[in-house]
Amino acid sequence: MSDDLVVFENVQKSFDDFVAVKEMNFTIGKGEFVAIMGPSGCGKTTTLRMLAGLETPTQGEIRLDGQVMNDVKPHERDTPMVWQSLALFPFLSARENVEFGLKMRGVDKAERKERALEWLEKLGILEFANRNVATLSGGQRQRVALARSLVMKPQILLLDEPLSALDAHLVIRMQAVLTQLQRELGITFVYVTHSQSEAFAMADRVVIMSNGEIDQVGTPKEIYRAPATRFVAEFVGRNNILTGTVAASSNGTSDITTPSGSFKVSADLTIGDDATFVVSADLVQVSPHKPDAENTVQCRLLSEEFVGSMVTMFLESSDGHEFKVQMQERALSEFDLKGGDEVWLDWSAAHSHIPGTP
Amino acid sequence: MNKTRLLDGSLRIYTVLIFAFIFAPILFSVIFSFNSQRFPTIPLGEFSTEWYVKILNDPDIWEAALNSLIVSTCTAVLATFLGFCTAYSDYRYRFWLKGPYLALILLPPTIPLIIMALAMLAWLSKIGMSGQLYSVIIAHTVLTAPFAMAVIRLRLSHMDENLEAAAWNLGGSEWTTMRHVIVPFCKPAIISALCLTAAVSFDEFAVSWFVSGLNKTLPVAILEIVQGNIDPTVNAIGTFVFLISMTLIIVAQIFLVGRQIKGTE
Repeated sequence: MSDDLVVFENVQKSFDDFVAVKEMNFTIGKGEFVAIMGPSGCGKTTTLRMLAGLETPTQGEIRLDGQVMNDVKPHERDTPMVWQSLALFPFLSARENVEFGLKMRGVDKAERKERALEWLEKLGILEFANRNVATLSGGQRQRVALARSLVMKPQILLLDEPLSALDAHLVIRMQAVLTQLQRELGITFVYVTHSQSEAFAMADRVVIMSNGEIDQVGTPKEIYRAPATRFVAEFVGRNNILTGTVAASSNGTSDITTPSGSFKVSADLTIGDDATFVVSADLVQVSPHKPDAENTVQCRLLSEEFVGSMVTMFLESSDGHEFKVQMQERALSEFDLKGGDEVWLDWSAAHSHIPGTP
Repeated sequence: MNKTRLLDGSLRIYTVLIFAFIFAPILFSVIFSFNSQRFPTIPLGEFSTEWYVKILNDPDIWEAALNSLIVSTCTAVLATFLGFCTAYSDYRYRFWLKGPYLALILLPPTIPLIIMALAMLAWLSKIGMSGQLYSVIIAHTVLTAPFAMAVIRLRLSHMDENLEAAAWNLGGSEWTTMRHVIVPFCKPAIISALCLTAAVSFDEFAVSWFVSGLNKTLPVAILEIVQGNIDPTVNAIGTFVFLISMTLIIVAQIFLVGRQIKGTE
């Protein structure tokens, strides 16, 4: 119990008729790195803003370190936030920006300066201390924003899509900076993002939200391998999602008839029920001839996408259903495939997952 | 290529002509203020500072100048304060009848000055506040506050919407945030609004003439001089007024345009 830092209990937030967050129940532990992920409008930013006190829950209770926070004003909380727009004070220098919170808390001038410089140094931007923030680069401004929040020595740091404005290579560097800082300081990070790669790379636990509700809470691996809902499977991406009717079921294996064919899944299902199953794109194999395997389907290659040495192939079965296969570029080059080529996909029944089951 | 050059050239000439048309009378006024002849005729007489000496020795002009200074300073401060408050209330809050509220604030400049002046006179004398220096200040504040509001509102529209929340988030109460974030952010616009409203008030004639009673401001004093006689001191006063107004407007522009860009990044 004492390890819980933040508790959301039946929290609901509505704006007029629109319910932004519905019946939210979940806890964040001390020193945990939690990412809240979802498409825009899913309520993730509203959740973060409620933690900062910028929105008041319409219902329910938010507790921080055991204390009910619902009516505590933003400036009376110790929940610094790193903003998507950074929201640095443009009329102040980097150092003055970092000092701002300490000044508001009445820390005396000498200590303020010392602590600000210490943080600027820790984040490697000491040389820019006296520069106007408008003259700094994106990455440097990002570090000023981080320093400005962390100098307050909070027990929790809120981050609202802080890396979304940075170039791809800077994002990777800042991810490393953030994870390292979080480990080192041992404080709780609550990180809101729509980027799966950011969430999965950094977070201990990921919360997936849609339409104001939590779809799944779990480690990145759990979410990737065992999506709890169809939405999660789609949102996480690189998943093949098939829907059909259960035709047979015995000894832990069921046959599901879909428009693309009949496939085996390792689960006990009720015959005649509708069923949806998911197979990750990286668990599907490709071959030029029909393989001898549990589940096979013939597809036409539509396009390929390269990310480093990984290739994602987008294919289409005869009924027009989209399939995705992810594999190493080196392995794929053996086949010498072109767009429009017919290939066979196969996967084992054990690799399929029914959303909502463990 | 040739076509654009032709267009470019004609536009340039057009602009020069427009400015010549606007500034020629002022330029002549300045030239004649240094002319020894009583009547503004060409050829000019000798160079002379006679008219400047005359106005410097005229206690009436000194009094009018002092009145103008007091009025424009007080007006600038009051109008800018009101302009800031309305611009901020518009930026920060959403409320019922906000549209009419904003329209009401922006109304004064759309009313013909002479009607405004008459209405001010009628109203102020009804409540026993006409004919005083503060009457002019009240009237000018009503007249210029919308300009101040427009300038400050423009600046606020460039502010990151999270800036204020970021200050609260770091422990600033609403009032300290106002002092440490909103006001510093708006500073260029505030200075600009102060200059702009002071310049408008300093130049304004119609309303001042109606409500000032015996407390003449400079434009009112000028009118009294030119009524019935030709006196080149008017040129000297005009030059002086022109310099002050231009300085204020230029300062306002520097802060409005130059500083505005910086800081929105």
